[in-house]
Amino acid sequence: MKIAVCTKYVPDTAIKAKVTADGRNIDVADVSFVVNPYDEYAVEEALQIKDKQGAEVIVIGAGSEKATAGLRTCLAMGADAAVLVKDDSLENASSFTVGSVLARVCSEVKPDLILFGKNAIGADNGQVPAVVAELLQLPQASVVVKLEIHDNKFRADREIEVAHEIVEGSLPAVVTAQKGLNNPRYASLKGIMATKKKPLQVRTLDSLGLAPDDLQPRVAVQRVTLPPSRPPGKILTGEVAEVVPVLVKLLREEAKLI
Amino acid sequence: MAQGVLVVIEKPQGKLKKASLEALSAGRGIADQAGEPVAALCIGASDPRVAEFGADRVFVARHELLDAYSSEGYCSTLVQVAGRFQPRLILGAATAMGRDFLPRAAMRMRVGLAQECTELKIAAGEQIECVRPIFAGKAFATVRLTRVPAMATLRPNVFPLAEPKPGRTAETVEFKPELDRSQIHAYVIQTQLAQGQKLELTEANIIVSGGRGMKGPENFAMIQGLADALGGAMGASRAAVDAGWIDHQHQVGQTGKTVSPTLYIAWGISGAIQHLAGMSSSKYIVAINKDPEAPIFKVADYGIVGDLFTCVPALTNEVKLLKGS
Repeated sequence: MKIAVCTKYVPDTAIKAKVTADGRNIDVADVSFVVNPYDEYAVEEALQIKDKQGAEVIVIGAGSEKATAGLRTCLAMGADAAVLVKDDSLENASSFTVGSVLARVCSEVKPDLILFGKNAIGADNGQVPAVVAELLQLPQASVVVKLEIHDNKFRADREIEVAHEIVEGSLPAVVTAQKGLNNPRYASLKGIMATKKKPLQVRTLDSLGLAPDDLQPRVAVQRVTLPPSRPPGKILTGEVAEVVPVLVKLLREEAKLI
Repeated sequence: MAQGVLVVIEKPQGKLKKASLEALSAGRGIADQAGEPVAALCIGASDPRVAEFGADRVFVARHELLDAYSSEGYCSTLVQVAGRFQPRLILGAATAMGRDFLPRAAMRMRVGLAQECTELKIAAGEQIECVRPIFAGKAFATVRLTRVPAMATLRPNVFPLAEPKPGRTAETVEFKPELDRSQIHAYVIQTQLAQGQKLELTEANIIVSGGRGMKGPENFAMIQGLADALGGAMGASRAAVDAGWIDHQHQVGQTGKTVSPTLYIAWGISGAIQHLAGMSSSKYIVAINKDPEAPIFKVADYGIVGDLFTCVPALTNEVKLLKGS
């Protein structure tokens, strides 16, 4: 079985947002990057399938040179091979562009299962998996907390509002991982050493043979702004018996909520 | 010439989603600016409120292959209806379903989709311009959709509901999409209600959350009690979820849910930057923490430095008294 896991290298969640001088991006100059947390669940799921029934796990990324580090982390976790489509223009590219790129790579890899994290933190879009599924004419199941694979079929438990949906379908398919799908393993020292022998193929954008329109963004960022800062609040002091009625009064009269 | 707004309406388990009516209200606003009509797409069953909240035309799509939800089937249906109505803009709520099949439809039509918007307008030059949160709300991106139809999903509980017009009717169009079994490779076969969760966080108006200060899973019953008294939903910080005290469906924050309630009450939550990202767009924030230096006090409108184990029951009682229950 062949499993492709598409991953993204993203700014760490602990960053405080700062806007670039041109006002069109978040400034990531001095920020540390990590494998997108949701992608870790995707990689782990692939590795668990590999442990149970055998599979070749290929991780795929699209971005600048630094994305190589993210793919190496996935190889250290246990993936067998990696492919990076390397181009600076892919760093903050739109879902349409990245989806077109990843779909083209997947069409060459021909996996039985394509896994993603449910969205990349930062862009928070969660569209690329659907774009890839549509381009490859594959079924999709998103925000999955449990996955079973057998006999060319999959059964996925999707988290929706106040409920779970069970989706059944055929492979190949695109599945996106939600927190709770599994507990991602840490790369062992042995795993880190082993990455040296694993293939990490770097491709150029041109080598994919995509048409210019396939790379044109359909969503154009005009500017990025920070939210307005909140005015300082009131600290209520005193015994619980005194403070609680004051709070309730405020919620009733000022906020008009109770 | 593309004109009009097409709004996708969700009515899961026979219950019309408020978030769909919010999208419909927003769509009505845009259409009125342009002097254009609004159409709604209902898959399976319609609802009179769709006309009351602004739809001029309602496409009711029915097909045996749509009896169960499938990303592919719903995507095909939307694309076919869009082909018939030729809107300038397609809207849906940023729900699990909306986020699942609308991006697929955008790709099929080779257009862009702005995901989970908090603002929407027609910009100079007739392009649709949206504002959407990025980095879980630490920042906001203003974006323009460069192709037609523009597509956007809207964050629940942000766009105001229009004033409904009782008795208002719309033209109903029964629509049977062209669908073939060979085009649909996966279906929903069952829906199970989540245990212990009553209200969806991302759609709730009042959220009561517990953090590390709760000290254990058994104490979350107290939080649920207050949430119930207020008619709200229960949330949690990552610390509480990772400690195994509460299911991650309740997690608020950068790797959990981003919420936009009118009131957010945080009990025993220190206010890590990732948690703040998930809730700082709440209209009113109340925080209770033993530690006067807790970062959460920087964003709270009202803070109490005190013991939550006495405060929560006291507040619950006061609320119940006021509500007369």
